Amino acid sequence: MDRPADQPRVAEHAPPQGFLRTHVFSLDHKVIGKQYLDLALVAVCTGMLLSWLMRVHLAWPEAPIPGLGKLAPTGAAGGVITPEYYLSLMTMHGTIMVFFVLTTAPFAGFGNYFLPIQVGAEDMAFPRINMTSFWVTLVAFLVLISAFFVGDGPPLSGWTAYAPLSAVGKDAGPGQAVGQTLWAVSITLFCVAQLLGALNFITTTLDLRTKGMSLARMPYSTWAWFITSVIGLIAFAVLMPACILLILDRVAGTSFFIPAGLVISDRLQPHAGGSPLLWQHLFWFFGHPEVYIAILPGFGIISHILPVFARKPLLGPRVMIGCLVAIAFLSYTVWGHHMFLSGMNPFSATLFSVPTLIITIPATIVTLLWIGTIYGAKLRFTTPALFCLGFVSVFVSGGISGFFLAQPSIDVYLHGTYFVVAHFHFVMGVAAMFGIFAGTYFWAPKMFGRMMNETLGKWHFWLTFIGVYCVFMPMHYLGLAGNIRRYSAFTDDYLKPLIPLHRFITIAALFTGAAQLIFLYNLIRSRLVGPKAPDNPWQATTLEWSTTSPPPFDNFAGHPPVVSRGPDEYGGTGPAGDYVMQASAP
Amino acid sequence: MTGVASYPPRVVPPPGGPPGAPAPPPPPPTATRPPASQPARTGVWIAVGTISMTFAALTSAMVVRQGAAPDWRHFQLPPLLYFNTLVLLASSGTLEWSRRRIDSARGPAGVYLTLALGVLFVAGQVVAWRQLAAQGLFLATAPSAAFFYVFTALHGLHVLGGLGGLTYVLHRLRGGGSTPAPRAALGAATLYWHFMDGLWLYLLVILVTRV
Repeated sequence: MDRPADQPRVAEHAPPQGFLRTHVFSLDHKVIGKQYLDLALVAVCTGMLLSWLMRVHLAWPEAPIPGLGKLAPTGAAGGVITPEYYLSLMTMHGTIMVFFVLTTAPFAGFGNYFLPIQVGAEDMAFPRINMTSFWVTLVAFLVLISAFFVGDGPPLSGWTAYAPLSAVGKDAGPGQAVGQTLWAVSITLFCVAQLLGALNFITTTLDLRTKGMSLARMPYSTWAWFITSVIGLIAFAVLMPACILLILDRVAGTSFFIPAGLVISDRLQPHAGGSPLLWQHLFWFFGHPEVYIAILPGFGIISHILPVFARKPLLGPRVMIGCLVAIAFLSYTVWGHHMFLSGMNPFSATLFSVPTLIITIPATIVTLLWIGTIYGAKLRFTTPALFCLGFVSVFVSGGISGFFLAQPSIDVYLHGTYFVVAHFHFVMGVAAMFGIFAGTYFWAPKMFGRMMNETLGKWHFWLTFIGVYCVFMPMHYLGLAGNIRRYSAFTDDYLKPLIPLHRFITIAALFTGAAQLIFLYNLIRSRLVGPKAPDNPWQATTLEWSTTSPPPFDNFAGHPPVVSRGPDEYGGTGPAGDYVMQASAP
Repeated sequence: MTGVASYPPRVVPPPGGPPGAPAPPPPPPTATRPPASQPARTGVWIAVGTISMTFAALTSAMVVRQGAAPDWRHFQLPPLLYFNTLVLLASSGTLEWSRRRIDSARGPAGVYLTLALGVLFVAGQVVAWRQLAAQGLFLATAPSAAFFYVFTALHGLHVLGGLGGLTYVLHRLRGGGSTPAPRAALGAATLYWHFMDGLWLYLLVILVTRV
């Protein structure tokens, strides 16, 4: 092949032959990226269906849901969800969304597809490990989903799986026998898969950058995936052994997390000496960084896309990178703020509260940099641009409530309420979803070689944007009013007046969910019959737009680009318009 | 010729290395080319970081669990562990010896010896488990025993992974011993194997002082 001899390359692998090698057990990072995205799509549909079931039950606790009685004869006999089954649905919703959507799509999916292209590499550093990573993730997902069909159904201990509830087995309730074990096995596998993925991301970024692609010239999305990988490398390395200890407590009779003298369901548990708080510490040492694993790729995607449609370079590029690094570092110092209710010494609480407040500083700077970037710009209001603006909006809306929750004295009141539900859904769930949507509309032409429909995209944006505010904004009020979370029905006198608001939220959630069908239709239709995409439909500068849509097997058809420019040189004069490609001659 | 083959390997001679070691190839003219990349070596360094984090988490769990309740039970470690330690250290030595002589005819023999010693180490660990079990110390008997089994099992799994990696390197060396790509892989595998040594010494210290 015609390549400069000094080009850094991966261990070479030839274009695959045959259907299985091309589309199923592929070593190509682009196919693996799409597999991750498709898995996330299946997962997000599943997770959203579960949230619909929960919302309907919360608004009309007595009303039978048609067909559910057949699907879950014990958990929802006659279609009415039992309180335990509600908790199971909530556990599965949280686990699926956090792990298999918010981690899988923006990080593993888009990262796999675009990180190698954006640094000018032919593939990931270790294609076989990359393929293994996806298939282990898929197995982890199937193991988790299988909890619906075995034993008493899915576990009910929440996505945080607090011990001892998660550790003692069947006495703790339906789903706590087989279902909870499947949960722990699934998450262990998921950790292994993400560690393998992070290994690839970091090595590829460090070793396979093309000639001229200095760190300062790397696109912001690549920076974000790289930093996210470093976070994941540490976070998943802690959750994995924690899950192994949990499995041992459950199946081997050890007592890592189960204290002595514990009586559950009138039975004295045959364990002694364990520490339930140990699980919380291990879990949240992973769990808080996990929040940033979900959102940092969104930061990168927004920083990558906004300049394209603002036709301006990002404001303060080095400050942006510095803030991402600062957030990554600080994310390891704040896990205790999830545990203010655990009986923690107030001095320890202060120790976790201060860095929690400090971490809002880089997060705020990042937001200001985005706003500064669009200030005075002639913004092109395409669908990806709208989702970028929506991202900033929901991130700010969700972030501001974080200031309140960071203070232990306020958190003690709010922590068990819908205020926290509103906070994390906005700042982590919806914001990350907007990042995924922005990335999908922006990169679909490159990934599938076909354009997505703009009109449908804008409908999708506005309905979703208004919808999520209708769903999650009222939850702040519910929380302030003392509405406890994780309850399946609100029968207390002080909660009864809040039920109409719950009904409003449920209706909004049903509508917002239905609006996603527009996206699904648009995505599938454009993949099949959308208009052919040009190589650079957005007049963007980074390397993925220097190659064909979709890119050839080795990304640059044997001619790796040589980079001489920064990632966002917009607004000047170039050979093709107001921008200069990264791969342009110097 | 494979893709990586066009890169001169980054051969770092150990400080004061043996006089018989082959001289490293001359460094490339770096002014006009990007730094030579060695993904395998980078990858192993990253793996070293993440495995260290896993065992750091388990160590902190052990400290917390020991302080959480008065049920910690001290027991005598099987003396066999010290013999296993010597075996693992020896295997690191043979691998290092082999890495430095990989261009000579005897080079791969050291890798075979390392494989044998690695298998011997894992087998020795299993025998140590059986000795403990014979004393009535099982996974669930006491928290100290539980951590002993978890530490040794996880470390053993990582050693088995290293054995797999070495087998793969050997397979590639036989395919063309003097090309740089397998040599880079051998260097990376050696680094990983030395790390397994260091990790085991750390675990041994932890187990001796706490269990």
